[in-house]
Amino acid sequence: MRYAMAIDTKKCVGCSDCVVACQTENDVPIGFCRDWVVEVMDGTYPQLELEIRSERCNHCENSPCVRCCPTGASHYNEGGVVLVEKNKCIGCSACITSCPYDARFVHPEGYVDKCTFCLHRVKKGMQPACVAVCPTKCMYFGDLDNPRSEVSMILEKRKWKTLIPEAGTKPHLYFLI
Amino acid sequence: MHEEIIVSGRNNPLIDPQLHIWHWEIPLYLFLGGLAAGVLFFAALYTIRGRENDYRTAVKIAPFVAPIALVIGLIALFLDLHHKLYFWRLYTTIRLDSPMSWGAWTLMLVTPISMLWCALHIKELFPKWDWKFDIIKDVLAFFEKNKKVLAWIMLISSAVLGIYTGILFSAFNARPLWNTSILGPLFLASGLSAGSAITIWLSKDHAERKRFAQLDLIIIGIELFLIIHMFMGFLASTQVQIDAANLFLGGEYTAPFWIFVVILGMIVPAILEILELRKYKIPVVIPVVLVLFGSLMLRFIISYAGQVSRWLY
Repeated sequence: MRYAMAIDTKKCVGCSDCVVACQTENDVPIGFCRDWVVEVMDGTYPQLELEIRSERCNHCENSPCVRCCPTGASHYNEGGVVLVEKNKCIGCSACITSCPYDARFVHPEGYVDKCTFCLHRVKKGMQPACVAVCPTKCMYFGDLDNPRSEVSMILEKRKWKTLIPEAGTKPHLYFLI
Repeated sequence: MHEEIIVSGRNNPLIDPQLHIWHWEIPLYLFLGGLAAGVLFFAALYTIRGRENDYRTAVKIAPFVAPIALVIGLIALFLDLHHKLYFWRLYTTIRLDSPMSWGAWTLMLVTPISMLWCALHIKELFPKWDWKFDIIKDVLAFFEKNKKVLAWIMLISSAVLGIYTGILFSAFNARPLWNTSILGPLFLASGLSAGSAITIWLSKDHAERKRFAQLDLIIIGIELFLIIHMFMGFLASTQVQIDAANLFLGGEYTAPFWIFVVILGMIVPAILEILELRKYKIPVVIPVVLVLFGSLMLRFIISYAGQVSRWLY
């Protein structure tokens, strides 16, 4: 099983509902976020293109954060989801400097925190909070190893990209373009 | 004009707008660790070569700097941790992929060895020292007898410590400036240079000072060679690494790097050491302090600039 998420940049309007849903669901401390919206305006006026992306941890298959962690607190959990075990984390920040996406932060309690793909919800058969709440239904979540899953089927059908594939991290966050 | 404007809603403390998660603690520790590695390396080297009496300061006096530097460095490392009470988790596992795990275990080996080395030579500093307990005397007598073996272990572990201070950075491919394997040998060389500077400072023997001034000159030459190669590597690499090199070639770290690290920390002390070898009278403290300062600044600048350098996406 390999969990992944696909986000349709053509449908996303950048409303930040996913951000608020995540903060509420996961009790993210005020001033921090586990997911965020990036808007990229590109081109020569007046030929401009706007891409809106809801970003979060890429749950990489070849995670530098898991590799760098000196205690094994950062680890691959069910379905390849990268998690931090807070009772093993010493807060050395090696994982934070190792992440090319800067997806991690230090929780005010001292351990390192990040997106969990809402594994606690997924285990109950629900969707991650950000996916469930998206008003334009631009996010798809599922198992890459199952060809009939929503995410496998949309990746089959649409053109997509990942972020900094040249960093060699094999991200599990796909952006439909 | 073609333009790309990126607007991000993320504003996590210490991460945005620029990563600044590692402050003074890490570079200070890397400097002290490198210094300790340098001092211990020379002590072990000249013991193995049977030159203890020719290079008395290097073998018997300078190593006293090492445990002090390591303990201060360890305190700095501890202060850097955000989840401090869990620090012992470092020692419940060995993770070969993680440079930080390597470092934690290397320190676990090098720190006691450096203390043991000092205990063996304590009478050099305090001639009337008495250990009082026979068991301590017996243990020290055992190591005194096997000093060559201890010196070999110290030589290898101090080299690992010196190289690891650079590998810690170079293992992070997320920060293009750090992602060069040159940092391992460069930081080792810088640590050896700091170690020989300390020896020059503490030594009262002319021949020993001369030898370490010569050694330091060679090491500074190697450092300059490595720095040039580092930039050649960056400039021949991908855009992100060209951008990283440009932080030092016209960017915001240009002046501090070239003035503090290269000119004041390497070229000026090298010139002073050459003049001294040519019999000019130069207060020894000047090149020594400059070398130590340059070595410290190298760690600070690489640490801070590395956190600024990033991938584009």
